Parts: sequence; structure tokens; C-alpha cells
Amino acid sequence: MTALTRLLGSTPFRLTVAYMGAFVAAAALIVLYVAWQANELLASKAVEALRAEVASLRGQFEAGGTPRLVAAINERVSEPGSGLYLLIGADGTRLAGNLPRLPAALPADGQGHLFSYPRATNGTGASERLATGFSLSVAGGLTLVVARDIEDQRQLAAGIGRLALLSFGLLCALGVGAGILISRSMVSRIETVTETSRQIMAGDLSRRIPLSGSGDELDRLAEGLNAMLARIEELLAALREVSDNIAHDLKTPLNRLRNRAEAALRSSDAAAHREGLAKTIEEADELIKTFNSLLLIARLEAGAAAESMKPVDLADVIGDIAELYEPVAEEVGIRLTVATEPGLCTVANRELVSQAVANLVDNAIKYSAATGVPVAVGAAPAPPLNPAPEIRIVLKRAGDSIEIAIADHGPGIAAEDRERALQRFVRLEKSRSRPGAGLGLSLVAAVARMHGGSVRLEDNAPGLRAVLSIPVQMPSGFPLPKRAKQAEG
Amino acid sequence: MRVLVVEDDRETALFLQRSLKENGHVAEIAGDGELGLALAREGGWDVLIVDRMLPRLDGLTVIETLRREGARAPVLILSALGDVDDRVKGLRAGGDDYLTKPYAYTELLARIEALARRPVPEEQVTRYTVGDLTLDRLSHKVTRAGQPIVLQPREYRLLEYLMRNAGQVVTRTMLLQNVWDYHFDPQTNVIDVHISRLRAKIDKGFARPLLHTVRGSGYMIRDGAD
Repeated sequence: MTALTRLLGSTPFRLTVAYMGAFVAAAALIVLYVAWQANELLASKAVEALRAEVASLRGQFEAGGTPRLVAAINERVSEPGSGLYLLIGADGTRLAGNLPRLPAALPADGQGHLFSYPRATNGTGASERLATGFSLSVAGGLTLVVARDIEDQRQLAAGIGRLALLSFGLLCALGVGAGILISRSMVSRIETVTETSRQIMAGDLSRRIPLSGSGDELDRLAEGLNAMLARIEELLAALREVSDNIAHDLKTPLNRLRNRAEAALRSSDAAAHREGLAKTIEEADELIKTFNSLLLIARLEAGAAAESMKPVDLADVIGDIAELYEPVAEEVGIRLTVATEPGLCTVANRELVSQAVANLVDNAIKYSAATGVPVAVGAAPAPPLNPAPEIRIVLKRAGDSIEIAIADHGPGIAAEDRERALQRFVRLEKSRSRPGAGLGLSLVAAVARMHGGSVRLEDNAPGLRAVLSIPVQMPSGFPLPKRAKQAEG
Repeated sequence: MRVLVVEDDRETALFLQRSLKENGHVAEIAGDGELGLALAREGGWDVLIVDRMLPRLDGLTVIETLRREGARAPVLILSALGDVDDRVKGLRAGGDDYLTKPYAYTELLARIEALARRPVPEEQVTRYTVGDLTLDRLSHKVTRAGQPIVLQPREYRLLEYLMRNAGQVVTRTMLLQNVWDYHFDPQTNVIDVHISRLRAKIDKGFARPLLHTVRGSGYMIRDGAD
């Protein structure tokens, strides 16, 4: 019973029934209208024909008086399938015609009326039949009735009416049946979606909604839901990885810090105490840096700092960062070159874009320097075999975006690792021994996302090219600052 | 110098009081905003250190009230909130400098000393002199012992900031914020490289170096005879 109630209450069933109802109502309306119109037409035709007949009989009467009229009526009556006639004299005697008597429902007013009359059937008795006609007074006290039998017509109409009722009934039954059938298949498919989501909520994230294979909208819906589930599963996995990495990147230095402090405490040597304390502070500073980066990324991902956005000339931003890093690059024997297109402005947070570019340049220097490129040392620097390694910063417009590319000739990142490199905390060497908490690139990615842009890593053959792409126009609906804020030094 | 520390964490406040005393300063503690405001109104402070989140009356309100009443003492805001937006809010409320927790004590000390000794109307000083090094703020010319020194624009601003705070420790963060207007922490010690370049231009070839590295803190420009 509950299954049936659920079926009858289901959306497809209700939709089918509603559709059928509307269809039947519309069809009934149309049939009724057509029938009424046809009836009207027939009736008016009949009345016209009767009027013509009356005129003709009147002509006969005028030409030859009563005897001629009687003869004319008798002649018409004798024809097969004739109309109904009756001529009554001034004294009330029946003079001619095939109607037995003057119908009670027919006043002699010259207007068309419906009336019934008795007609003898073959054999015994008589049946009442329907007719339409006139009764009118002719000169000399005569009353003339001219009418047409419409009983057959009426019965035909009644037959059609019954047939229509029957078909509408049948249609309704079919509609309900189809509704039940359609609903049953829809309901069962939706039930599987419900069942799958219940299992997912129970904790089995790997479940997916089965597809029927027909490619219909339910399948498309299921595909969409499956894609969403896959994304959620991916994000959860990433989240787990992140928390594992946070545990590693914060707990390992915390543990080191604790060990150092303990070792210093155990030692009785004053110099060792000092050394231990200095190291402790150093370690704490590193932890603070990591923590600040984490916090900043989290806040950027939550959409903070959006209100301090204002128009920024990116060539200035890049020029300043290049100027800041140029001596550092030079010190490790790297040439830092900049090529900027002028006039590339966008609404951005100068501080954060600067920090992102600084991170990329910092990385480029760190990795270029680490490749063992010969850096001239000593009083008489031998000219290196290769030209000095170069880090090139290019600012240009690309379609609707402004692209900042930082290209180095370091070891680069293998194609399969590039996507991962932008995630939080990922440092590609498994040993995780190189300094820097592995947050640099993910911070860049977070800054890019906050500006509606993206970061991609490309092969610079050899080396790595990191491209920070920021749309020229913020996506619509972005909360622009009401007024520019001036960050003070 | 006389320092008022408005900080609700007792241990931090006592640490600051003790450390400042070691550096030859006198510090008093107010544990909440109302008390801080009352003590600040008594006047006579060289610098106020105000935590942003305080019981009873928050730090920014304390500063705003003091500024409205015409108090001129420089204020260093301490806060756990370090975003650009937070900093701008703090400075707009009337703070003179902003330091994000957790901070190094040396950083705090360098900043309050810079604040307390801030030359009154900076714009009217047209010339800085340290030993035989002079910087002319009108002509942007730098000379040492009469010899002209050619500096890049940023090197000039770096030297200008150091000379404005001559005789005081200037931290790397202070330089990054005041000379470059960056509030993030670059992973590499970029400032050191810029300083060594500047040093090569102003100290190289002269018997007495003026630009000194203060270990564990930052840099200081001073005449060795001081």
C-alpha cells in the first residue's frame, strides 16, 4: 500500500495525470464546440429550406386557392422521404398533410419550433419523434404546418455523444495507466539516487550513482552528481594530506625546538645554554613564518583582503620586486632581466601580488643557484663556459588577462609533478630537507585565485616558467573597494 | 625613556617591563583599556605600547580617544592581526607604528626607540649628517668627506632612512616596510645584500666605517666616535 501511495504521489505520476486531465478537458471542449456549431448550422439550413417551402406553397395558394394548395401538399406527401405537412381548414378540419394533428407545442406564429409528433411504426403503435418546423396562418383561416423530422439527426448526435464520453473515459484510464508505468520507472531510478546518497552519507564516499545508459536528463543529473562526488572525495583526500603535512611541518620543528631546549637544560655549560637558546629562537622564528604563511593562505582562500584592492600598475610592481631581488641574483651569478609592457593596470592588492612575484623570483633564484652553475669566485673570475644563467620576468597582456611569467634555467619541475607543486605544503623532494616550508607556490596560487586568476607551471626547456595570470577585469560581482586605501609605511 | 605598556597578558607585560628596564628604560603596566587610558592621560610618556585587544576598552578606542584629546605621545600598536587592512585600521586610529604578534623583542625595542626619538617635523630637516657623511634632502646629493657619492634612487632612500634614525638600531623589517613599503617577509635576506651594496658605496675606502651591523637586530648608522 505504501508503495502504491508513494507511486501515486510521485511527481511523474502527478504530472502525467495532470497532463491527461488537461488534454481530455481541452478535447471535450473542442468536441462540444464543434458539435454545437454543426447543430446550429444544420438547424439554420433546415429553417431556410422550410421557409423556401412555405414560400412555394404560398405561391400555389395564391395561384389556385385552397384546392391547388391541397393538391400541392398531397403531391409532396406522396414523395418518399418527404417533409411533414398539415393543412387545417378554418373550421378545424384536416384538409391535407401527413401529420395526424396540429402539435400542441407549435403556435401559429410563423417562427421555427421544436415539437414532437407521433408516427406509426410498421406494425402496431406509434413512436414519438422529434421535428422542427413552422405553423402559420394562411389567408382564409387556413393553418399550414411545414416541418422536418429530425429524430434521426437527434439520435445520431446522442450516439456521437455517448461515443465521445466513452473515448474520454478510455483516454483517462490510459493516462492513469501510462502515468503509473512512467512513474514506476522514474521512481525506481530516483530511488537508486536516494539510496546511493544515503550510503554516501553513511560514510562510503566511493559510491557512485549508476547510470541507465540512455543519456537522458536523469543520466546527466547522475553524471553531474558523480562528478561532484569525485571532486568532494578528491578535496577530502587533499585535506587529509594537508593536515598530515601540517602535522609534519609544524610538529617536526616543534619537536626539534623541544629537543634543543631539553639538551641545553641538561648541559651544565653556560655556552651551551646560550647556544641552545639562540637555536630555540631561530626555530621559533621559522615556525612563526610557516604559521603566518598558512594563516595567510587560509585567509586568502576564505576571500579576506579583498577590500584592500585598488588599481595597480603591474609594471611598477614587477619593477620594484626586480629591483629588490636584482642584487641577490647578482650575488649568485644570475642575471635578472625584466621585460614589461607599459600601462597594464588591474584592480589588485599590491602587497599580495608583490609577495607572489617575490616568491616566484625567490624560488627561481634558489633553484637556479642550486643547480651548480659555475659561479665565479675569487679575485680573478674565470669566464664561465655558459653565459650567466638568466632569470627573465615578462609582463604582457594575453587576451583578457595580464600574465607575469618568471622563467629560470634551473632543474625545472617534471610535467607530472607540476599540478601537485601548487598544492599547499608540497615540496617535491621527498626528503623535505631544503629550507622553506613548501608554502611559497601554494601562496602564489592562493593570491592568483583571490584575484580571479590562476598560476601555471611550464617547461622553459631547460628550467621552469611560472606564469601568474590575472584578469584585466575582475569577474563581475566582485566587491570593488569603495575607495582606495593607502597602505602606510 | 618612560614607556606605558597597555597589555592584558600579565606575563608578556612583565617580560616587556623587565626587558625595557635592562635597556635603561622605565616601563609601567596597565592591564586593561580603561586603566591604560587613565594612565596615558596623566601624560609624561615618551612612547605608548598598546595591545589591540584589551578588556573593558579595546586598544584602537584608547588610541582614538587619546588623539581626540590632543595627546601627542607616539603609539606602537601590538596585534595578532597582521593583514594590510588591520594595519591600515590601526594607523588610521592614530597609531604611529604597528607590530604583529609574535614579535622579537629586539624588533619592538628598535621600533619604540625610533618612535620616541622621531625628529619632530621631518619635512623641515633638509640635511642629515653622520660624521663626514652628509645627505642633502633638497638636492638629493650625498657626499662623504667632500667627495660626491652616486646612489641609485632606492639606495638613496635606504641611506636617508638609516640617517634619519642615526645612532639607533634599524631592523630589516623596518627597512623593508619603510624603504620598500613591503609588509611581507621575503624568504631570502634581500635587505642584507642591499645594505652591503650601500656599504660598498659609502664606507669603502674610508678608514672609519659608519654603517654597522648590529648582531641579532639589524643595522645602525653612526659616527664611530659616539
